[in-house]
Amino acid sequence: MSFTEYFELLFNDYTLRTISLGTAILGAICGMLGSFAVLRKQSLLGDAISHAALPGIAIAFLITGTKETNVLLIGALISGLIGAFWIRGITRRTHLKSDTALGLILSIFFGFGMLLLTYIQKQPNANQAGLDKFLFGQAATLLARDVWFMATVTLVCLLVLLLFWKEFKILLFDADYAKTLGFNTKMIDTLITSFIVLAIVLGLQTVGVVLMSAMLLAPAAAARQWTNSLGIMVVLAAFFGATSGVIGTAISASQNNLSTGPVIVLVAAAFVVFSFIFSPSRGLLFRQIRFVKNRKDLQLHKTLAFMFDIAKSHENISHPHTVKILNNFHGYTRKSLSKLEDKEYIRVEGLMWAMTEKGFHFAENLYNQQVEEND
Amino acid sequence: MKQQKFAVTVDDLTVAYNYKPVLWDIDLAIPEGVMMAIVGPNGAGKSTLIKAILGIIDPIAGSVSIYGKPYKKQRKLVGYVPQKGSVDWDFPTTALDVVLMGTYGSLGWIKRPGKKEKKTALESLEKVGMLSFKDRQISQLSGGQQQRVFLARALAQDAAIYFMDEPFQGVDATTEIAIINILKELRKEGKTVVVVHHDLQTVPEYFDWVTFLNVKKIATGPVKEIFNDDNLTKTYGINYKVSVQK
Repeated sequence: MSFTEYFELLFNDYTLRTISLGTAILGAICGMLGSFAVLRKQSLLGDAISHAALPGIAIAFLITGTKETNVLLIGALISGLIGAFWIRGITRRTHLKSDTALGLILSIFFGFGMLLLTYIQKQPNANQAGLDKFLFGQAATLLARDVWFMATVTLVCLLVLLLFWKEFKILLFDADYAKTLGFNTKMIDTLITSFIVLAIVLGLQTVGVVLMSAMLLAPAAAARQWTNSLGIMVVLAAFFGATSGVIGTAISASQNNLSTGPVIVLVAAAFVVFSFIFSPSRGLLFRQIRFVKNRKDLQLHKTLAFMFDIAKSHENISHPHTVKILNNFHGYTRKSLSKLEDKEYIRVEGLMWAMTEKGFHFAENLYNQQVEEND
Repeated sequence: MKQQKFAVTVDDLTVAYNYKPVLWDIDLAIPEGVMMAIVGPNGAGKSTLIKAILGIIDPIAGSVSIYGKPYKKQRKLVGYVPQKGSVDWDFPTTALDVVLMGTYGSLGWIKRPGKKEKKTALESLEKVGMLSFKDRQISQLSGGQQQRVFLARALAQDAAIYFMDEPFQGVDATTEIAIINILKELRKEGKTVVVVHHDLQTVPEYFDWVTFLNVKKIATGPVKEIFNDDNLTKTYGINYKVSVQK
């Protein structure tokens, strides 16, 4: 199936439309909440929570015996929440740093989950097959009601976000200060963490426990590159997430044997790479270009300043001097001369140069201009 | 002499993070309208004292009152300038937006800042000489400018008592003078200002009241009476000599 066929199908094929809508909504909610995780420097929290959700899925299956997605996800939610609050407890009550706490909870819960999964697979019960789809997710299993549920949660999340926008913002920027103003920071914090856990659990079916954190972080990290406003960042992250979902689904549907979850994550990663290189203000490319240009300008200006000092000592500023004097000046190259000549700051005749009126005035105010340009 | 009114009273305040107490049995009464420096060596609990008064840290024991009532009931009378390094200045927001946060307390939950709050924030920025930087992304401000934005945020709270945690740390001389002029302005308006301060040399010049702190309170009172080598030695544990300008 080619790409165009996919888009034709998107409007005709019910299943594909459902899956695309599901991954788009998932990408949007993850991008939104991921912005908060990134700004709180809790990027790894999502990773720990998603891994911590695995034993919950297995235990839910062991207790109920069904593979009903909603039941399993409730199990995931509970163990994800337990993992999240244990991480907070460990960092608060022991000397361990948060990265250690995250690593501990992640590996202990995930290990326990894998243990339960292998135990379940050895059971003589035909029903057990397919639980391991939660490891890497399987978007094809998304049903219309799953998508409806996701959409509802996203909407609720959006409403809460709009309602408590001011509180979220101040907590993210300066939690202590928020506390002195009388805001219950614990409650806002719990609200954010709970929503992040909810978003992760929603994504488990599609993307799986192993790659879920990328869905949270990648769109947010990409969005941060393009804006200096929290509001725009959240909107952009939601947009990047949704787009990754749709494009990822399209690519995976148009090829055989490409599972959707990893492809979505790779598309999101492509957004990150693109943003890190090409964003105008923070991107590596433009920063490097600006850096090189600034350096060259400075070198040129310094050369001119050196020439200015020489020219100044003569009564006639346009008195010619030999090029040789410049040879020992650091930052002077052959090119500088022709560049300065192009700008009509100097005139070059043979092996002699002379300052022009224009160059003299420019050089006089050089330092001030340099400061203004950078301001 | 008229009856002195206390802006802040601290009784038997004890704070511990793990086992070791950071503050031990602090009694402190700060008279209304003074400009007080809290001085002491590193780890003396200076910031902790402010944080405990403001309810950021839960004390093990003791009580704090602001004009005779618990802090929780008097929040709107208190403004706070945290240490500049306590936040991430790469956060995606502008100077004006940070100053607007000073009005959040009086707004309460959910309500968004409106025209009135924006006007307050702009006026506060003007007072610290940062009006032209209002739309500047905060990471693009210099250290001194960031400190002024923090000060403007506290001014936007329109409080009666201001607590400031090392407002002069890492700022240039121009900003230091600008800040101290604003503090003097506040005192003229009858407000109380409490500052965690590091530079002992400038204490007599900037402040009229001082508290020596090193886990325990060593002394508190007017700078003219108690800012002497004896108290400095007791606080810093070494033979301290500063030339106090009388």
